[in-house]
Amino acid sequence: MKLKIKKGVPLIDQHDRNFMYGGKFGGNFIPETLKKPIDDLTKLFAKLRKDKNFIKERDYYFKNYVGAPTPLIKLENLTDYLGGAQIYAKVVSEANGGAHKIYNATVHCLIAKKAGKKFIVGDTGAGYAGKMLSMAAKKFGLKCKIFMGAKDLKRQKPNVLAMKKNGAKIIPVTTGSQTLVDAVSECMRYWVSNCDTTHMCVGSTVGPNIFVKICAWSTAQISRELLIQVKEEFGKIPKKMKLLNCVGGGSSAMGFWNEFMDTDVEFIGVEAGGPKNGKLHAAPLTNGSKIGILHGSAQYVIQDSEGQIGRTESISAGLDYPGISSLHCFLKDTKRAKYTSASDEEALKAYQLVSKLENISPSLEPSHAFAEAIKLAPKLKSSEIIIVNSCGDSLKDKDIIKQKLGSYIR
Amino acid sequence: MKSKISIAFENCKKENRPALITYTVAGDNTKNNSLKILNKISKYADILECGFPHNTPIADGGQIQGSSHRALKNGIKLKDVFQIVKKFKKANPNKPLILMGYFNLIYQSGENNFLNNCKKAGVDGLIIVDLPYPENKNFANKCKIKGITFIQLLSPTTSKERMKKIIRDSHEMIYYISMLSTTGGKLKVSARKILENYNKIKRINPKKNLVIGFGITDKTISSLRSANGLVIGSMLCKIITNSLKMRQNPVTNIDKVVYNLKRKIL
Repeated sequence: MKLKIKKGVPLIDQHDRNFMYGGKFGGNFIPETLKKPIDDLTKLFAKLRKDKNFIKERDYYFKNYVGAPTPLIKLENLTDYLGGAQIYAKVVSEANGGAHKIYNATVHCLIAKKAGKKFIVGDTGAGYAGKMLSMAAKKFGLKCKIFMGAKDLKRQKPNVLAMKKNGAKIIPVTTGSQTLVDAVSECMRYWVSNCDTTHMCVGSTVGPNIFVKICAWSTAQISRELLIQVKEEFGKIPKKMKLLNCVGGGSSAMGFWNEFMDTDVEFIGVEAGGPKNGKLHAAPLTNGSKIGILHGSAQYVIQDSEGQIGRTESISAGLDYPGISSLHCFLKDTKRAKYTSASDEEALKAYQLVSKLENISPSLEPSHAFAEAIKLAPKLKSSEIIIVNSCGDSLKDKDIIKQKLGSYIR
Repeated sequence: MKSKISIAFENCKKENRPALITYTVAGDNTKNNSLKILNKISKYADILECGFPHNTPIADGGQIQGSSHRALKNGIKLKDVFQIVKKFKKANPNKPLILMGYFNLIYQSGENNFLNNCKKAGVDGLIIVDLPYPENKNFANKCKIKGITFIQLLSPTTSKERMKKIIRDSHEMIYYISMLSTTGGKLKVSARKILENYNKIKRINPKKNLVIGFGITDKTISSLRSANGLVIGSMLCKIITNSLKMRQNPVTNIDKVVYNLKRKIL
């Protein structure tokens, strides 16, 4: 069966009765205990999406709290240096808190309030999802717990400090690989036990379907802004335009692409290829991983032949996840988006080059997308446009960068 | 023909007691020991649940995670799980054995292939933690055709409407999750409250064998003895963990504990 994307229907709504995209991605593979809370949340979100007052409230906070719109800038120096395509960056790291995770966190807190919940829990890898959730929770008066892998706690200190400052309780996760995958598992376990009083925020477009939906719906703000900015800059959507985005869970890419779904704009997702000479990676789409079930959702996932979830490795904690959003699986199989990967080394080099030449300094996650832009641009004509989503700031990676490159520039 | 699971419940009803259902993980702490454990405790247990381990178990607490981790570290594969079941059933042909685990392993083996292997090994029933109703309808039907009992789960969050539908489509055994918790949590609801919910479910269809699990230990088991069956899992996994820590034999230790559990419900 050839999969196709329907035009004029939001991508998040293109699922069947079982919440599956293309009949094989997504769904709700969850314990019985979570059926009702997920069902309740699904109904509440469906209602809120249509509620003009809720949309007004969302837009108010996006504007006055998140700081919409984030700028679209031309990277003149990088463009000149590489020769070829014109390179732009959507500087989403200018959003309050320094990354796109603030959109999902804000919307989840607004929903939690509507649901009458006083507690909110979330998972985090790079620490951005946790930092933003703790920020938003503080803003909206919710008590917040963040689950974070012990390995990530060590490598993403600045965000950990921020979470603590915001009054969140951080629960170190010491099971398994002690990274994002275990943090999500542990957070879901916590929710199984406390779903009567607590709202759960999944930090990316992963997990049971409703969390994929809420997250993609929230980050879509990025492309709503971008569409206007692109039209302002070029007068219309340029014929040959590529939108490059890193993908781990895939929340920033979904947000970056959403409003361009029915256009001819090309989407390129860049996964974490891991160390150049290593065997491990976090790039299930690039490396042909099989469909499996992880965290309640069917998706391409790194696993062994039996179905045990595989180990991953990436210098970027935010991309270090064995699975990927069911929406990206759908985009891949429908050929709407292309996926590739960048190695740790390529990402570091890209960080270095962009930080040296430009006024922005991308974190290691978007540096993966910049690495692809650096590869692509010289091969393209100067009439072609590349826009990279610079969805995080390098400050949080200062320690890793210093250790790997000897010095940190910003 | 009546299933072995049905017969086990009937026998317990005759003795006016709940069925004692144990849960241990295949391959914990070794393939041999897990088989020995099954053989030993089948003297006292009426139905045996055997976990096929997964490394990302989203509904399990620390104890079962630990057991699964030990089993996987020992290199246990599905074929070993089926080997263990086969050997157990050869020695105990009438004792019902239920496999319990997560759907991804079945998905990767292929549903039909997995069920064929179950049939060959002599598996009597299946509990799939993350394949809820109604998504599980198709798979449950396949089980029925093969003569394998698919055990539906109910939880305190399951609405009455939903319960009615699940029970209508269920096979002869249903599993009620005592409280909002992963496996092995401390029982945070009173036995009275749990039984109140239990009785509500029983009233919908008294013929179904309804068992209670999650958080049950030697301290709480007797207070729930009016149920059709009671599942003890995490407590047994903990016995293995502690035995290994103290360099004792987990097989004999578990044997003693299950003997004591049985005494408490007689």
